[in-house]
Amino acid sequence: MTLRRILKTRTGIEKEIENFLNQVSQSGLIFNQGITTFFESNGDKFERLLQQMIDTEHRADRLRRSIEDHLYRKTLIPESRGDVLRMIETMDSLLGKFKGAMYQLYIEKPAIPQSLAAGVKSLSDNVVNSVEALTLSVRAYFTDINKVADHLHKVSFWEKEADVVSTQLQLEIFNNEQFELSQKMQLRDIIRRIEDISNQAEDVADSLSIYVIKRSL
Amino acid sequence: MTPFFLSSGLFLGWSLGANDASNVFGTAVGSRMIRFRTAAVSCSIFVILGAVISGAGATETLSDLGAVNAMAGSFVVAFAAAVSVYLMTLAKWPVSTSQAIVGSIVGWNLFSGFATDYNALTKIVLTWVACPLLSAAIAVICYKCVQVLVNSFSFHIFMLDRFTRAGLLLAGAFGSYSLGANNIANVVGVFLPGSFFDDLVVFDTLVFSARHQLFLIGSIAIAVGVFTYSRRVIETVGRGIFKLSPIMAFVAVLSHSIVLFLFASQGIESFLLAHGLPPIPLVPVSSSQAIVGAVLGMGLMRGGRNINWKKVSGIAVGWVCTPVIAGIVCFICLFFAQNVFQQIVFHRDLPIASIAQPPHVARNIVPDTRWFAENSNRGRFQGDSTFAIVYGL
Repeated sequence: MTLRRILKTRTGIEKEIENFLNQVSQSGLIFNQGITTFFESNGDKFERLLQQMIDTEHRADRLRRSIEDHLYRKTLIPESRGDVLRMIETMDSLLGKFKGAMYQLYIEKPAIPQSLAAGVKSLSDNVVNSVEALTLSVRAYFTDINKVADHLHKVSFWEKEADVVSTQLQLEIFNNEQFELSQKMQLRDIIRRIEDISNQAEDVADSLSIYVIKRSL
Repeated sequence: MTPFFLSSGLFLGWSLGANDASNVFGTAVGSRMIRFRTAAVSCSIFVILGAVISGAGATETLSDLGAVNAMAGSFVVAFAAAVSVYLMTLAKWPVSTSQAIVGSIVGWNLFSGFATDYNALTKIVLTWVACPLLSAAIAVICYKCVQVLVNSFSFHIFMLDRFTRAGLLLAGAFGSYSLGANNIANVVGVFLPGSFFDDLVVFDTLVFSARHQLFLIGSIAIAVGVFTYSRRVIETVGRGIFKLSPIMAFVAVLSHSIVLFLFASQGIESFLLAHGLPPIPLVPVSSSQAIVGAVLGMGLMRGGRNINWKKVSGIAVGWVCTPVIAGIVCFICLFFAQNVFQQIVFHRDLPIASIAQPPHVARNIVPDTRWFAENSNRGRFQGDSTFAIVYGL
C-alpha cells in the first residue's frame, strides 16, 4: 500500500463524520425546497419533504451518537475531543431547527401573502447558504485545517444578508395595515425562527475559529 | 551481607523508575494518548535493553569522578542519593538522580580524603548546563520540522492523531532506551568497583560480564519502579504539562530522548573521534533537565508568554541544591556508617589514582588479560585481587 493510499484511507469515524455533515448539508437543501413548495401550496409534496427532513434528522442523530461513542470509547483526539463533540452537537441542533421551522409551517399553516414570498425565499436561501458555508468549514476542520478560513468568512456574510432580509420582512409585516396583530406576530415568529438558524450557524463559526487557533501548531 | 549493600542502589533504581518514567511517558499518558499499561511495558523493556546494551559509556565518567572502593561505601553513596531524591520529592522540588549520585560521590571523596577528579567534575557540571540548552535547541529544530511536515501534508485530524500516538510510543521507547543507557550509571555505577558478580559464560561463547549482570539487576529495579509507583507521578506530570499539545509532547519526548542518547552513545563518541571531531562526553544527565529544556525551548520559540518563570527559577534552584544536599547527606551517613555501625566505607590502602590503568579501563568491555599478566609480574599494582576490587573485574 503506497503512502498516498495510507493517507487517503478513511476509518469508520472519519466516514461517520463525513456522513453526518452530508446530512446537515442535505437538510438545508430539503428546507429550501420545503419553503418553495409551501408557497406553491403543494401540501403533499411539503409533507413528503417534511418526512425526508425527519428521516435525515434521525440519521444524523444516530451518526452523532455513534461519533460520540467512538470518540469516548477509543479516547481519540483527546485534545480536540471536547471541541469536536460540541461542534457536532450544535450542528445537529441546526438540523433540528430546520425541522422545527418546517413543522411550524406544517402545523400553523400561516397565511403568508405572496407579496412576502420572494423575501421569505431569499431569507431561506441566505440561511441555507450560511449553513452550507459552515458545513464546508467544519469539513475542512477535519480534513485540511488550513482551508477552514476559506469558508468561515462566508458564514458571517450570509448571516448578515439573512439579518437584512429578516429586518426588511418584519418592517413590511408591521407596516401592513391589512394584517391583524395576531397575524403580524405569527409571521414575525416564523421569520425570526428561520433567521435564528443563520444566527446559530454564525455562533458555531465563531467557536470554530477558536478551535482552529487551538489546533494550530 | 554483600547483596544487602546493593539494596540502596536498587532503591535508587526504583525511585528513578518511579520518577523518570514520567519524563518519558508522562505527557502521553496524562493526555490519554497512550494507556498506562502500554507505556509501562514499553518503558520497562526498553530501559532494560538500554541499560544492558549501552549502559557502559556514562558509567566510566562516574568512575573517573570517584571509584567507591568499599561495598559499604557504595551502599551509603547510593543510599544518600536515594534519600536526597526522596527529600527533594517531599519538598516538591524537581529532582535528578544523576545530580544526586554525583553529589554523593563527591561527598564520599571528601569523607575518604581521595581527591576529586576536577576534570571529570567540570565535565559533568558543564554537561548539566549543556543538557537543557541542547535539548531546547533540538526541540526547536524538531518542532519546526514537524510543523512543516504537518502543514504540507494536511493530514485528516484522525490520521494526525494516529501518527501522533505512534510517534509518542516510538519516542517513548527511544527515550526509555536512552534513559536506561544514560542513567543506569546512577543506579549501579558506584557498585561496579566492588562488584561481587562473576562473568557468566553462556553456550561457551557468549560472555555475560559482571558489569552487565549488575546493569540488568539495576534496570529491573528501574522497571519495578515504573510498574509499581510511576502511575501517580505520570498522571501528575501529565496533567501538569498538559498545556502542551500532543504534537508538542511528542517533540519534547523526542528531543529529551535524543539528548540522553547523545550523552550515552559510545558509537557516536567513536564516530566523532574517528572523524577528528570533539566527542560528546558520556555523562549521566538528568532526564528532567532534558524534558524541561525541550519544553522551555518550544515555549520561547512561541514568544515565551506562557512560560511560568517563577516555576522555572524554582526548577533551576532545585538543580543547584540537589548535588549539594546529596553530598552533605552522604558525608553525614558515611560518618555514621563508619563510626556507629563500624563499617569500612573506603579502603585507604587502595590509592586509585596511583594504580596504572590497563588499556581497557577507559572503555572496558572485554578485559585485556595479557596486560594483567605482564603488569602483575612487574609489580605495577598490588595484586589481582586488589585490581579486581578497584575495577570491578
